[in-house]
Amino acid sequence: MAEIKIDSKIPEGPLAEKWSNYKAHQKLVNPANKRRLDIIVVGTGLAGGSAAATLGEMGFNVLNFCIQDSPRRAHSIAAQGGINAAKNYQNDGDSVYRLFYDTIKGGDYRAREANVYRLAEVSNNIIDQCVAQGVPFAREYGGLLDNRSFGGAQVSRTFYAKGQTGQQLLLGAYSSLSRQVAKGTVKLYTRYEMLDLVIIDGRARGIIARNLVTGEVERFGAHAVVIATGGYGNTYFLSTNAMGSNGSAAMQCYRKGAYFANPAFAQIHPTCIPVHGEFQSKLTLMSESLRNDGRIWTPKKKEDAEAIRAGKLKPTQIKEEDRDYYLERRYPAFGNLVPRDVASRAAKERCDAGYGVGATGLAVYLDFSSAIQRLGKDVVAARYGNLFQMYEKIVDDNPYETPMMIYPAIHYTMGGIWVDYELSTSIPGLFAIGEANFSDHGANRLGASALMQGLADGYFVLPYTIQNYLSDQISVPRIKTDAPEFAQAEKDVKDRIAKLMAVKGKRSVDSIHKELGLIMWDFVGMARTKESLETALVKLKAIKKEFWSNVKIPGAADSLNTELEKALRVADFIEIGELMALDALNRNESCGGHFREEFQTPEGEAMRQDDKYMYVSCWKYEGEDAEPTLLKEELKYEAIKVQQRNYKQ
Amino acid sequence: MDKTINITLKVWRQRGPKEAGKFETYKLNNVSTDSSFLEMLDILNEQLVNEDKEPVVFDNDCREGICGMCSLYINGHPHGPDSEITTCQLHMRRFKDGDTITIEPWRSAGFPVIRDLMVDRTAYDKIIQAGGYISVNAGGAQDANAIPIPKRDADLAMDAASCIGCGACVAACKNGSAMLFVSAKVSQLALLPQGKVEAARRAKAMLAKMDELGFGNCTNTGACEAECPKGVSITNIARLNREFISAKLKD
Repeated sequence: MAEIKIDSKIPEGPLAEKWSNYKAHQKLVNPANKRRLDIIVVGTGLAGGSAAATLGEMGFNVLNFCIQDSPRRAHSIAAQGGINAAKNYQNDGDSVYRLFYDTIKGGDYRAREANVYRLAEVSNNIIDQCVAQGVPFAREYGGLLDNRSFGGAQVSRTFYAKGQTGQQLLLGAYSSLSRQVAKGTVKLYTRYEMLDLVIIDGRARGIIARNLVTGEVERFGAHAVVIATGGYGNTYFLSTNAMGSNGSAAMQCYRKGAYFANPAFAQIHPTCIPVHGEFQSKLTLMSESLRNDGRIWTPKKKEDAEAIRAGKLKPTQIKEEDRDYYLERRYPAFGNLVPRDVASRAAKERCDAGYGVGATGLAVYLDFSSAIQRLGKDVVAARYGNLFQMYEKIVDDNPYETPMMIYPAIHYTMGGIWVDYELSTSIPGLFAIGEANFSDHGANRLGASALMQGLADGYFVLPYTIQNYLSDQISVPRIKTDAPEFAQAEKDVKDRIAKLMAVKGKRSVDSIHKELGLIMWDFVGMARTKESLETALVKLKAIKKEFWSNVKIPGAADSLNTELEKALRVADFIEIGELMALDALNRNESCGGHFREEFQTPEGEAMRQDDKYMYVSCWKYEGEDAEPTLLKEELKYEAIKVQQRNYKQ
Repeated sequence: MDKTINITLKVWRQRGPKEAGKFETYKLNNVSTDSSFLEMLDILNEQLVNEDKEPVVFDNDCREGICGMCSLYINGHPHGPDSEITTCQLHMRRFKDGDTITIEPWRSAGFPVIRDLMVDRTAYDKIIQAGGYISVNAGGAQDANAIPIPKRDADLAMDAASCIGCGACVAACKNGSAMLFVSAKVSQLALLPQGKVEAARRAKAMLAKMDELGFGNCTNTGACEAECPKGVSITNIARLNREFISAKLKD
């Protein structure tokens, strides 16, 4: 078999001029032709919502799908802390290059230079656009925009709207989207779930989707399909993702030939409310912005930690000199604002060593007492009041009086559908944007960069690059859904549903999903080894068998059926789990969120193997029981000197 | 050790919008008081699935109080007895051992029941589509700091923009009015210089759409504000009325 070459289609020219050159020379579609071209956008989050709105503004005919009752519910809404941009409003030395540099370094040199530079370039347009839409960003008394700091940066470049930045940005995109719906350029399909991709003559030409209210399986055709369905963090069952977040659309594309890139790269967020019981359905994030003023510590003495766990001692009783502010100790230059992967591992290290707190010993403190002393309670309340309230409602502790308890949790997936510079997948006519693609964050995403990437893709990148594809589609008539390829895809979907309904086993979907989550957390979690990953692959095979022979779905398939919806997603989560373990096993190095215990420095820092693994792993589907093929996109760094990440000096 | 309680649930079950519904009674034992209200319903559903019964259908997604997907009318209150939180943030420690908890869907002409506790809130999307936006295309926006906005205005706009579109205000209102929802969006945009250009048109169009979709009128009972999980203030309704009257005077 001839080796498949991965072409990332990076434009020629110096890094800083690539995007301008691309835009200057790409092909466009004229307004009269735009009306005759249909585009399906699956997902209405920051990426999908902004893309659908912008494509509608340009005059394309857009079909926009979401599983929730309204586009405004997409999980982007839950992002708290902020959005990065290289505005340099604070005059602290920020620039496009520095944002680019921080993002590449934060991603541990596993992201594509040209994409990340473009992301940094358009970051400023995003802030302009959002303000024009009426997004109420925080302002200073002079009326200008305020900023704060996030992990992995030494400048203040994060724009925010209280602790609800994702909400405000999403509602901004939603308002633009609503305007297009009113104009008739976008048609919304809410409570619809994509269940397959339809390919005709090698091109993506539509989707099969299930109406979640009626249970009907329907066909939709278009000249191009855009996947904006977010990440697959719920593979772990417990994560900060919404209950409905899933990786199924990505898996459908993978099974139809789109490469799945870097599946092993999952981000574990250091500041989440710790797990407290087996009935727990999700983990709640406490924004990274809290690390601006909160200090993270565990007791210095093991006996203190033990006494706290036994409920005999309170954290406020531990004297200052008996507290170990371990991030400040280990990383003096960045302190509490080291990147997420570093902070997460450091918390795990303390807890594994026996210094953890809380009833389970799997928690560390995030303490605001010195900030309250320094700034006063009112200032702290103004900055973080809603987060403190959220914490108190869940945990029943008052963070103004006693330190918060936090522990790392699965939060975001850097891996995803492989895309080239144009955000096109390896299937012509199929695009992937936002968290659903793999592109910009390498092996670890910096805080406040997810919102930036979602909106960059949706407002400013895809609307250009998709035209380069569509320009030669103008003579293609509207796609008819009576083609045999649609019939076949619909039959496949119905067969899969029938197969699931026919199992009639004994276990609920959730019970199997929880078991899957534990396997993933224990063996493909924050620290991985060759042995743990091999164990995971065996266990995942077993759970796949258990699922397909013992799952129980009450109700009917041709009706509203929430258990069936979950079952379809869990079937895919199991396969994503296998792909993650396989990729993690292949990658014999530690980088960013992927930490292999065999590869660490004497100080416990991640040790990359640049000579062997400076590539994007692209997995190509080879059939149901066959092992996928690994293809490699080599990464070349021309503008940046590759070095070991250092947050100490 | 976790504290646990035994409870009785009276849950509204309804197959579809046109079918009659009724309360079903379920008993749940040993529910941890640390679990959230929706986790308690997960436990109920797990129990129902194990008994080969169809689980109770209810909307939920983020489970951290921001997506606005969860609803539920619990013991006569939208989002339950606690203040300024959504149902997903309500915890079982708010209830006592032996309690009977009544759970109903939002009840409003504007929000027909789809099944059980799930209702159709697309009317809210339609109201936003009628004018809840600033007409600006992507690209071409001026620099974000070109217009300074007084911090007070920005903060008030942010408070109004906190609305999560859950529908509790409608469910709480004896008239089934969506005025708090409409006024939150109208206020957010009218407070900002970018939004002033279209303020009059927006207020008129959104109110007309609200009326058209079968929502009632506001009689200033204040129930919406009291039950709003995000504490959106009825001063926004006053602002909406001002915007509307001044728009009408200009007609």
